[in-house]
Amino acid sequence: MTSIGSLAGRPMKAARYGDRGFGSIAFLVALWAAVAFAVLTLGVLLVDSFMDGAVRLDAALFTSYSSQILPETAGARAAILGSAWVIVVTAFLAIPLGVAAGVYLEEFADERRWYNKLVEVNLTNLAAVPAIVYGMLTAGLALAVGLERRVVLAGGIALALLILPVIIIATREAVRAVPQEIRDGSLALGATPLQTVWRQTLPAAVPGIATGAILALSRALGEAAPLLLLGGLVFVNYDPDGLMSGFTTLPIQIFNWASQPQLAFQQVASAAIIVMLFLLLVMNALAIFIRNRYQKRW
Amino acid sequence: MATYSTGTAAPSVNLGEPPSSPAREEHLHATGGLQHHVAHKHVAPEIDPVMACENVSVYYGDFRAVTDVSLDFGKNEITALIGPSGCGKSTLLRSLNRMNDLVEGARVEGRVTYHEKNVYDRDVDPIEVRRRIGMVFQKPNPFPKSIYDNIAYGPRVTGMKVDSMDDVVEESLTRAALWDEVKDKLKQSALGLSGGQQQRLCIARTLAVKPDVILMDEPASALDPIATARIEDLMLELREDYAIIVVTHNMQQAARVADRTAFFTALAEEGSGDRTGLLVEYDLTSNIFQNPRDKRTEDYISGRFG
Repeated sequence: MTSIGSLAGRPMKAARYGDRGFGSIAFLVALWAAVAFAVLTLGVLLVDSFMDGAVRLDAALFTSYSSQILPETAGARAAILGSAWVIVVTAFLAIPLGVAAGVYLEEFADERRWYNKLVEVNLTNLAAVPAIVYGMLTAGLALAVGLERRVVLAGGIALALLILPVIIIATREAVRAVPQEIRDGSLALGATPLQTVWRQTLPAAVPGIATGAILALSRALGEAAPLLLLGGLVFVNYDPDGLMSGFTTLPIQIFNWASQPQLAFQQVASAAIIVMLFLLLVMNALAIFIRNRYQKRW
Repeated sequence: MATYSTGTAAPSVNLGEPPSSPAREEHLHATGGLQHHVAHKHVAPEIDPVMACENVSVYYGDFRAVTDVSLDFGKNEITALIGPSGCGKSTLLRSLNRMNDLVEGARVEGRVTYHEKNVYDRDVDPIEVRRRIGMVFQKPNPFPKSIYDNIAYGPRVTGMKVDSMDDVVEESLTRAALWDEVKDKLKQSALGLSGGQQQRLCIARTLAVKPDVILMDEPASALDPIATARIEDLMLELREDYAIIVVTHNMQQAARVADRTAFFTALAEEGSGDRTGLLVEYDLTSNIFQNPRDKRTEDYISGRFG
């Protein structure tokens, strides 16, 4: 058994195990080049932004509102708070709905029914729909129900729609990874299917779901298009204070600053980019941490 | 341990007579020694059935996995189901406590009775069936929780009224011969136990909901010989209070523990050519192994096929 296992593992690590054929070396170099390109791009982006924005990584960036007249002291306070508001609303809308939908599809839906097949196929398509389409959808929805579309709630809805398919798919994968034996064990003790989901399947799937949800939220955090389409405000000089409050977010603010001609605006835009990249890296690191920390051994 | 009794907390759903306290006195002579050679001694020729199959066929969609099995399972007996792969013995086992309901397209014809009540009747709740008829699986499947919570899970989800969960946990683990090994680490994860301990934990977990029949699907096939011997000893002990129905690929195991043995085989059906499981012979284990009536049984137990 072991000898077969180690033989099967060999082609993957061809070069390391002494395969010096030209083809395998060239393939390995190509793989390294691909990785290097990705890392290098990220590095250049970070260094470039940092060099441009370093002068504006000051307290005013976090405490001041934006300004049209004094770009040297303009800050992203409203954008940071706005991003926080919108992301929290997005999380509250998308996570319960997405998890519920994922659990239903994986644990209860009869795959042979045509409507479940339809949902199945469209879910993957939805995950690939451009973000701006969700902005249009939300704008139409807001118009239909008479909701002001430039408010936190509308922004949260648009981003929740955007990441819903991603969360559903992540939930399904996490739930599917829970071994059938656990469900069987629970059911054989007289637990109902619903109890089995609540007490066994879902808790065991939480690390996977959390990882997927955080990655989805970090995508939402960096998204500007759907919010711009909703008429997201680019100049806000007050703190958002509720679901019906006007708002701006970091990507919108960056978009606005970066389109101004003055050098000072370019600098503050770079500084805001650094803040946003830092937030994204923290969220992704958290996702990786959760995945590694709570990985289940079965 | 002597104070333990089964079935006291059984809610009254239409499942016929509630399981009565087993008459332990009758069998006390067998508790002293757990040597394997005493396994068959107490078996009466007549079965006092706690469960029975009457002309049971099990289908997956159009495929008939088991055909027309009639079989009684005795109280305080270990019944082994043996036979080659694909003979439907596991399928039959899973249809006894309606675990097969969870497989899409699975369907049972005929009657599976528990205390003379058909468990497939419309007014029977499959949840209640699974609580009364416990099941232990091939691969130990402890929940990723503490040892304590593994045992307490069944009583909690079924809403059993218990005076003290601590007592239930201790009783169950004691009955499963695991208490001494784990009493100091009840709050630790069950996944840290060895395979054999995990399987005994799964048995203890089943005992906690107080069933009176325990189904075992190759309970020792994933274990080493020492752990297997412990499981077998445990089965012989549990026989005092429970009816045990065990599927096994290991004929020595059947010979060692089972009071009665049912031999199944797989036959190609006329027409479709699908192989379906048939009951060939059902008798006292000693007769099956020493004096089989059917040629196919003889061939199988002497290792000529399967």
